[in-house]
Amino acid sequence: MSYQSMEEAQTRCEKEGIEFWKAVQLEDADERGVTEADSWREMKRMWQAMLDGLDAYDPELMSRSRMVGKEGGLVDAYRAAGDTLCGDFMAKVMSNALKMGCNNACMKRIVAAPTAGACGVMPAVLVTYYREYDVPEEKMIEALYVAAGIGQIIANRAYLAGASGGCQAEVGSGSGMAASAICHVKGGSTSQIGHACAMALKNLMGLVCDPVGGLVEVPCVKRNVGGAFNAIAAADMALAGIESQIPVDQVIDAMKEVGDKMDVSLRETGVGGVAGSLRAAEVVARMNM
Amino acid sequence: MGSIFDILGPVMVGPSSSHTAGAARIGMIARQLFGRQPEKAAVYLHGSFAATGKGHGTDKALIAGLLGMKPDDMRIPDSFEIAKEEGMEFTIEPKEIKEAHPNTAQIIMEAEGVNTMKIQAYSIGGGRIRVCKLDGIDVNFSGESNTLIIRNVDEPGRIKEVAAALSDAQINIATMQVFRDKRGGYAVMVVETDQIVPREAMEDLESKKGIIRVKFLLAN
Repeated sequence: MSYQSMEEAQTRCEKEGIEFWKAVQLEDADERGVTEADSWREMKRMWQAMLDGLDAYDPELMSRSRMVGKEGGLVDAYRAAGDTLCGDFMAKVMSNALKMGCNNACMKRIVAAPTAGACGVMPAVLVTYYREYDVPEEKMIEALYVAAGIGQIIANRAYLAGASGGCQAEVGSGSGMAASAICHVKGGSTSQIGHACAMALKNLMGLVCDPVGGLVEVPCVKRNVGGAFNAIAAADMALAGIESQIPVDQVIDAMKEVGDKMDVSLRETGVGGVAGSLRAAEVVARMNM
Repeated sequence: MGSIFDILGPVMVGPSSSHTAGAARIGMIARQLFGRQPEKAAVYLHGSFAATGKGHGTDKALIAGLLGMKPDDMRIPDSFEIAKEEGMEFTIEPKEIKEAHPNTAQIIMEAEGVNTMKIQAYSIGGGRIRVCKLDGIDVNFSGESNTLIIRNVDEPGRIKEVAAALSDAQINIATMQVFRDKRGGYAVMVVETDQIVPREAMEDLESKKGIIRVKFLLAN
C-alpha cells in the first residue's frame, strides 16, 4: 500500500533512518515487485524525458487552435535582453514552464506531472535548477521520487484531475510536488519537504479549471508559470525555517473539501471562469468554422 | 490507485492524458486485439471525445494507435498522413452511445481474410483505459497486466480446458472474468496472468474445440 499520509511516511523515515525519497522508492519496488535498481531506471527515464522535452521546444509551432506556442521563445528573447523584473534564474524558470506547456499543446512529448496540463511546473523548477547549478543528476532523480511520493499522498487523500477537483488538483498539486522536490535538492529535511508542499498547496487552493474550448491551452500554459514560481517561493520559505501552521495532510484534506464544493462549471468543463468569457466564445466559434 | 509512475508519467505526446494518450492507447489495444493492422477502420467518438476531441488530437491519436504507435510516439500528429501511406482507410464520426462513459470510442476494424472486429473502450484519465465491449459482448479490462482474451462458444468445459492449458504451461492466473452474449451463444474469457503466455500454449488453446480466437496482450 502506498503512503496514505505524510505523517505515515515520516514515521517510517524516522524509524528506519532513511530519507523520504528512499521511503518512496522502497514502496514502489515493493508494490510493483521490481528491484530498487529497476525502479531507479524508470525514474531516470522520466528525468531524461523532461530534459529532452525542453530541448525539443520549437517557438515556430502553434497549437491546433493557434492560441499558444510562441510564449517560451518570447520570454527567451526578453531574458536575453537582460532587463527582467524577476531576474535571470526566475526568467529561465518562466520560459521553461511555458515551453513545456506549449510543447504539450502542440502535441510534442511531455511527462505528465501529475497531469499533462501541469507538465511544465516540475521541469521548470527542477531542470532549470539542474542546468544552472552544479548538481549531480542522482540528486535530481531522488527529487523526482520526493515529488512522486507527495503526488501519491495527494492522490490517496484528494485527487489530481481538474475534472475532479479543479486546477488546484493539477497545477496546485504539481506546484506542491515541485516545492517538495526542490526543497530536497537544497538539502531540506523530511519535515521541511512537508512544509514546502503545504505552503505551495495553500497558495493555490481554490484554483479553478476553466480551459477555453475545453483545450489544454488557455489559461493552462501560463498557469504553469504560476505553479513553478509558487513552488520556488514555498520551498524557499520552508528552507528559511518557516513552517506551515496547518500540517500538510490536513491541507490536502482541505483541498479535497474545496474541490468537492467547486461547481461543475469550474471543473474542466470549459463552461465557467475564463472559459465562459466573451472572447472564449469567439475563439470556440472561430475554431468550429 | 496505480504506481508512482501514474503520478509522474506517463511520458506522452500532448495535450491530454485522457483525450490524447488514452486515445492512442485505445487504438493500440484495438490493433493488438485485432491481431494486425486493419485495412479499414471506422472510428466513432462519444461525449467529450466527440466534443473536444479535435482540439485534443483524439482523432489523430486513435488512428496512431491503430497504426501501432504508443502514446509517446512523436509521429502521432502525422498519423493521418501515415495511415494514407500505409494504405489504412479510416473514417471518424461523432456518435451518441447510450450509457457510455464521456470519453468513449468505438472502433470497427476490417481486413481481408479475418473477421471484422468491433470494440468499445473509454479513457479514465492518466493515460489509462478500459475496454468495455468486444464484438457486442460486455467485457472489462485495461491491458495493464498480461491479458489473455479468449473467444469461445458458451458451453460446458471450456473454462476447465483453458485453466488446464495454462496450468500445464506453469502460468498462474491472477484474475479471470467470463462474459457471454446469451446462453449457448458466444462468450469471452478475460484472463490476467502473472507470466507471459508462450506461443505454444496459445496454439494449444486455439486448436481446442469450441475455442474461436485467442489473443494475448503483453502488459504495458
